[in-house]
Amino acid sequence: MKMSATNHSVNSGVKILAEVVLMKGNEAVAEAAIRAGCRYFFGYPITPQNEIPEYMARRLPEVGGVYVQAESEVAAINMVYGAGGAGGRVLISSSSPGISLMQEGISYLCGSEIPCVIVNMMRGGPGLGGIQPSQSDYFQATKGGGHGDYRLIVYGPSSIQEMVDIMFRAFAVAEKYRNPVMILGDGMLGQMMEPVSFPDETPPPDPRSKPWATTGNRGGKSRLLSSIILDPEGLDAHNWRLQEKYRRAEKEEVMWDMEKADDAEWFLVAYGTMARVCRAAMTMARSEGIKVGLIRPITLWPFPKQAFEAVLPRAKGFLCVEMSTGQMVEDVRLSVEGRAPVYFYGRTGGAVPVPKGVLKRIRDMVSGKTPSITDYYDRVAGGERK
Amino acid sequence: MKAVYERPRVLKDVATHYCPGCTHGIAHRILAEVIDELGIQGNTVGVASVGCSVFAYNYIDVDFQQAAHGRAPAVATGIKRVVPDTIVFTYQGDGDLASIGAAEVLHAAVRGENITVIFINNAIYGMTGGQMAPTTLEGMRTTTTPLGRQPAIQGYPLRVSELLATVDGAAYIARCSLHNAANIAKAKASIKKAFETQIQKKGFSLVELLSSCPTNWGVPPLEALKWIEEKMIPVFPLGEFKVKEGDAR
Repeated sequence: MKMSATNHSVNSGVKILAEVVLMKGNEAVAEAAIRAGCRYFFGYPITPQNEIPEYMARRLPEVGGVYVQAESEVAAINMVYGAGGAGGRVLISSSSPGISLMQEGISYLCGSEIPCVIVNMMRGGPGLGGIQPSQSDYFQATKGGGHGDYRLIVYGPSSIQEMVDIMFRAFAVAEKYRNPVMILGDGMLGQMMEPVSFPDETPPPDPRSKPWATTGNRGGKSRLLSSIILDPEGLDAHNWRLQEKYRRAEKEEVMWDMEKADDAEWFLVAYGTMARVCRAAMTMARSEGIKVGLIRPITLWPFPKQAFEAVLPRAKGFLCVEMSTGQMVEDVRLSVEGRAPVYFYGRTGGAVPVPKGVLKRIRDMVSGKTPSITDYYDRVAGGERK
Repeated sequence: MKAVYERPRVLKDVATHYCPGCTHGIAHRILAEVIDELGIQGNTVGVASVGCSVFAYNYIDVDFQQAAHGRAPAVATGIKRVVPDTIVFTYQGDGDLASIGAAEVLHAAVRGENITVIFINNAIYGMTGGQMAPTTLEGMRTTTTPLGRQPAIQGYPLRVSELLATVDGAAYIARCSLHNAANIAKAKASIKKAFETQIQKKGFSLVELLSSCPTNWGVPPLEALKWIEEKMIPVFPLGEFKVKEGDAR
């Protein structure tokens, strides 16, 4: 494959980008969306994802699309509701505090069954927090940050290439289920540069081709996109119908990756940026003769419980590593259901666990020195974070 | 025999859930007449807001999206940007538009968003049971201003039309009243002008309709209409506040 230092900040066209280019994560995400047929983007500035709206503001008009800078994240997600409801293929991006502001809109999108793709380049919280990478929005993304019984289909890619590939899938899945899909990245993935190639371009859909989209009834039956159902029986039925959709997604959309799992006895569990750090730690541990494998969930919801079933008969322990105080680890424990020990290591606020730190926890786990999850927090308080 | 008065085609032949004496029915009817007269029923999308008019789509037979509280202008923006040749309107009350949705309506006007807003101002929150709105008059009793709205504590009523008329992106802004036949006729003319403004792609248009809420005001319907004339109009004067002349943008 040929590497190219193409300047992608100008309209570089299909031919140039069809080869491998070095690209910043945020810009690659934006370009991938356009190539996946997205023509509408509603943005609001927030670090560390600003390159996404900036790129869209530049590129969308070139392809006949629309970029609108909203007055707030609250307005932006509701513009997505309108645009997605009118049949447009729509992307929105933000970072943690901005995604918090969108939770109301996300709940409405799920209730009214309007598809869209949402990118969260996570930064440290709570509150204004910081602008460095974090994974502390896992609960918000996978457990429903807004009100009501809804689910987002959530992807946690670990490279820029994977973010690009998942963008294509994300739009297809969003429209298949008429449900928002979230790509849960982090400030590291957004800001780093990597070589990337783009799949073949998908044309944007004709909004009027969607029978449910509100584009004017053309003399036929009027269409309605709404989430208000005051009749308890009616709302109950609506909720169970949504659940059927989510059960179907659990069967058909779950994705994960396993590395060095064939002979592994101990397993690291990590997604996104942390999976890359864990990969390095795994190699270091293996050079010491410790048989470590990596389970890397790609869909964070639906969570790949199947991956654990496959290795449980020989697993001596799982170490979940996150840039949070322990969120995905709860899903790991629910998947393992007490059949093997589950350990946790995490740092927050932009502090990223390094391979040596993970290796130390692997050694501790293998030698039986790793504390239980409860003890872990005591040790953190005692200053053993690195 | 020539029919001189009949149900507009776009108005569904169903009973509404509105209280007796409420002017939502009148507002729906003149809006429906305008849609009929402009021949745009098949090419119009409405955005229902949160409040008494949340079920507007049950009565007005066009494609509809139901928006979160205050967000109708943002939703309308999204629709209009995807299908720019479709006529898009929002129908919002004063709690929805002037309080929680103040930013969305203001910035839709700032962008010169080519949509039409029908703004029902009855000086109170209706659906939730009569709480103070930003448009509640001084001294007016509501369930959350039991002693009457006191400017020293709750501030003054917000004049939305005057405020939005200062925005360059606003192409047509008018305040009308639904308290008698003459004013209803004027209101219909303004709604038509607002839709024509949108059809001509001139930018943002809004028609504020002074409306009654006998239930939450605690007065009989006729008295409520009189109250609009005597109490509301002095605070919310009627007229066109912005008429952008000339060609489309």
